[in-house]
Amino acid sequence: MKETIQNVIEKYNRDRNRLMDILIAIQNMHQHIPEDAVSIIADQLGISKVDVKQTITFYHFFTLTPVGEYAVYLNDSAVANIKGRAEVVQAFEDELGIPFNSVTTDGLIGIWDTADIGMNDQEPAALINGTVFTNLTSEKVKSLITGMRAGKDMLELMRVIDAELDGPELLSTMVKNNIRQKGAVLFSDAYEVGYALRQAINRTPVEVVDEVKRSNLRGRGGAGFPAGLKWDFCRQSRGEEVYVVCNADEGEPGTFKDRVILTELPKLLFEGMAIAGYAIGAKQGIVYLRYEYRYMLEYLESILQELRELNLLGKNIAGKAGFDFDIRIQLGAGAYVCGEETALIESMEGKRGEPRNRPPFPVQTGYLNKPTVVNNVETLCSVVQVITEGAEWFKSFGTSDSSGTKLLSISGDCKNPGIYAVEWGVTIQKLMRRTGANNVQAVQIGGPSGICIGPDQFDRGIAFEDLATGGSVIFISEERDLLKDFVLNFMNFFIEESCGSCGPCRSLNVILRNKLLKILDGNGVEQDIDELYKWAGVGRSVNRCGLGQTAANPILTTIENFRHLYEDLVQMNESFVSAFDMESAVAESCEVVGREPNLSR
Amino acid sequence: MKKAEKITFKIDEKTCYAWPGQSIVDAARDNGIYIPSLCHVEGLKPAGSCRICNVTVNGRNMTACTAPVGEGMVVENDTPELNELRKTIVEVLFVSGNHFCPSCEKSGNCELQAVAYRYQMMVPQFPYEFPVKGVDARPDLILHDRNRCIMCKRCVRGIEKDGKAVFSFEGRGGEHLQISMDIDLASQLSEEEAFEAMEICPVGAILKKERGFAIPIGERKFDKAPIGSEIENSVEQD
Ligand SMILES: Cc1cc2nc3c(=O)[nH]c(=O)nc-3n(C[C@H](O)[C@H](O)[C@H](O)COP(=O)(O)O)c2cc1C
Ligand code: SF4
Ligand code: SF4
Ligand code: FES
Repeated sequence: MKETIQNVIEKYNRDRNRLMDILIAIQNMHQHIPEDAVSIIADQLGISKVDVKQTITFYHFFTLTPVGEYAVYLNDSAVANIKGRAEVVQAFEDELGIPFNSVTTDGLIGIWDTADIGMNDQEPAALINGTVFTNLTSEKVKSLITGMRAGKDMLELMRVIDAELDGPELLSTMVKNNIRQKGAVLFSDAYEVGYALRQAINRTPVEVVDEVKRSNLRGRGGAGFPAGLKWDFCRQSRGEEVYVVCNADEGEPGTFKDRVILTELPKLLFEGMAIAGYAIGAKQGIVYLRYEYRYMLEYLESILQELRELNLLGKNIAGKAGFDFDIRIQLGAGAYVCGEETALIESMEGKRGEPRNRPPFPVQTGYLNKPTVVNNVETLCSVVQVITEGAEWFKSFGTSDSSGTKLLSISGDCKNPGIYAVEWGVTIQKLMRRTGANNVQAVQIGGPSGICIGPDQFDRGIAFEDLATGGSVIFISEERDLLKDFVLNFMNFFIEESCGSCGPCRSLNVILRNKLLKILDGNGVEQDIDELYKWAGVGRSVNRCGLGQTAANPILTTIENFRHLYEDLVQMNESFVSAFDMESAVAESCEVVGREPNLSR
Repeated sequence: MKKAEKITFKIDEKTCYAWPGQSIVDAARDNGIYIPSLCHVEGLKPAGSCRICNVTVNGRNMTACTAPVGEGMVVENDTPELNELRKTIVEVLFVSGNHFCPSCEKSGNCELQAVAYRYQMMVPQFPYEFPVKGVDARPDLILHDRNRCIMCKRCVRGIEKDGKAVFSFEGRGGEHLQISMDIDLASQLSEEEAFEAMEICPVGAILKKERGFAIPIGERKFDKAPIGSEIENSVEQD
């Protein structure tokens, strides 16, 4: 073992900044990071063992104990749950005779919970050794287990439950793209590889930045910062070495549009990155790809190679002397917060994905402390069309504050979940008609960190100035238990995914979740709702990053828009419910002393 | 440098001066103004993690330990809203750990306790969580009591042995994050380094073994005057 681990470390030049890659390789080899490996890495990189372990233990897909030769990670998102996850869990547990989050005694199969894997339109879904299995049922689980016991490889396993796989050879997958509506900007048939890049290099970098500025293109990753302005700030930093980073972490539950872009239009994305590279003077681009999308890695690498052969990447691109730009792909390892751009940069440097304190901003001090532009996948793709068709054309779509089109990932209770390219401004009502969503109780917009609205607001539009979203729209029908199926799931998600740095983010969300549980258990009083609301307002004004600032939104927005659901659960006429259960409180001590609880009631 | 070479800014109506690049917390202190801080130690890279030093600038909150002073900046510090937030933050820290002050060696020298007094925390508004947390007493000279740890990372940033981190975060999130000691390195700490580790910890989470109650309760740092008063009573520096 020592030698193979040594080789991995050598492959990455004993570079501490490549610790993620080193750990990914070792985890894949051994289904965990053995203690010996930790020692060797610490030794070789000249850091302490706890220092290595702090990175390992940050990421969901790095483990210190084996996860199974077949490691099954079943998505635990709210939508997975309403689409029948419980049945799938039951099937796994029954067939294997072990509870979730453990491994069979022979070490063959491990079954684990995992946060949203970007498959909300085809749930329940799981990752097995990095390969995606969708639309699972108890029947399919049985076949899968039989297959795993027979030692089948991933391709064979997929065929066991889906004879017709989608995609090109390097991307044979069960994952469906479900593109329900194409748009003028994305998924238009007009795209011609390399055209925009050639246009761009015939202009000066400043002209390219100005064109993007004029288009009012705003970031599609959620925050909506104007792309052209960000590029301009980066240029003003006047770094010798600057970087373009594509944020393909797509961790917000309910979002899966970047996955579809990466599958269908990788060239569009890479071309957008090259244009950005030209505009800000970068030689290196990096795609930070979430681990859940590892199944695309080989395919994406092959596309990069193709572009190099077309001289659209590499040296003197498209014949432009001195314009050198290339792209590498950095895998994540399972952490939602790494989608936050500064956490993403920390992660790319092989560290825990803890967001940085700002200022300085990435455009000043980013990757390896060099000026760095971080843009979302969809933003970079939109740039290509802005350059091809011009800023005015782009602005002819959408609203005055939100130009262009937006890809929506629509899931939940509707007939046709999938990807919709819409013009900004489209109303919720219109989306409901298009997707076949009936009896809708609530719509969750922008994922758990966004807002939850009821029917009285369905005439509102999707736009930065109204209902802002990075792309996730989840319909929730009347038969769902909004607070339990969604709000509770979302709070647990944030508790798990908080990096933990900020005191209030780390601990207050636990307090909020426990208060919510108290109410859900019927032990709440009206004052609990008011306290919940008050406490939920704290995070926004004190925490470091967007996660901690918005983590209480599920509670805040449902108390604002669905207060009656809380009121139905609390004991309205009581001022205090103790909720104290003597029997369970003394259970442990009774067991120790071997007595029956003697409770005179 | 003369005053003229310093940056001029304001904290709650008072005109203050700072070195270029100085953080708001450090500059405030030099001007005799106390902004509460827990994770901040002058000289260490700021962590911005306890969030207690939040101040308001241009209507936005920011942590005074991470934000540099800007020329002409107007900082709000001693406002009812901010003080309420700070009290809330301290309360959250109290209920999410197990802080039984009367039995703690650090009582009276503890910054968390002192800040709680200063912001007049009586009974926290939040229910106590009573989390189950362990104690790591393996090294010869120190012990780490996770019940009291507020995860400020002062030890992570400040304590090294042979240029390597002795303390690190382990895990993440609201329910699994903790501080871990590198047992090999922690065991090699000298008397002096062990003492330093205890001193860098704002609470009683890192304690030096075989040393207890050397200074009696009642005569400790914050027993006589509230935290921050040493700053407020200091003469304004030039
Ligand atoms: C907790 C958190 C998670 C985020 N996740 C993503 C993500 O998965 N993808 C993304 O593009 N942006 C994400 N963002 C936003 C990024 O920080 C950043 O604003 C964005 O990548 C910038 O690109 P854009 O301007 O092109 O949108 C996230 C932000 C936060 C606070
Ligand atoms: S707000 Fe939460 S996720 Fe963001 S830096 Fe703070 S602890 Fe980490
Ligand atoms: S042990 Fe002390 S110094 Fe270290 S993080 Fe905990 S409270 Fe802070
Ligand atoms: S002292 Fe500033 S965040 Fe802790």
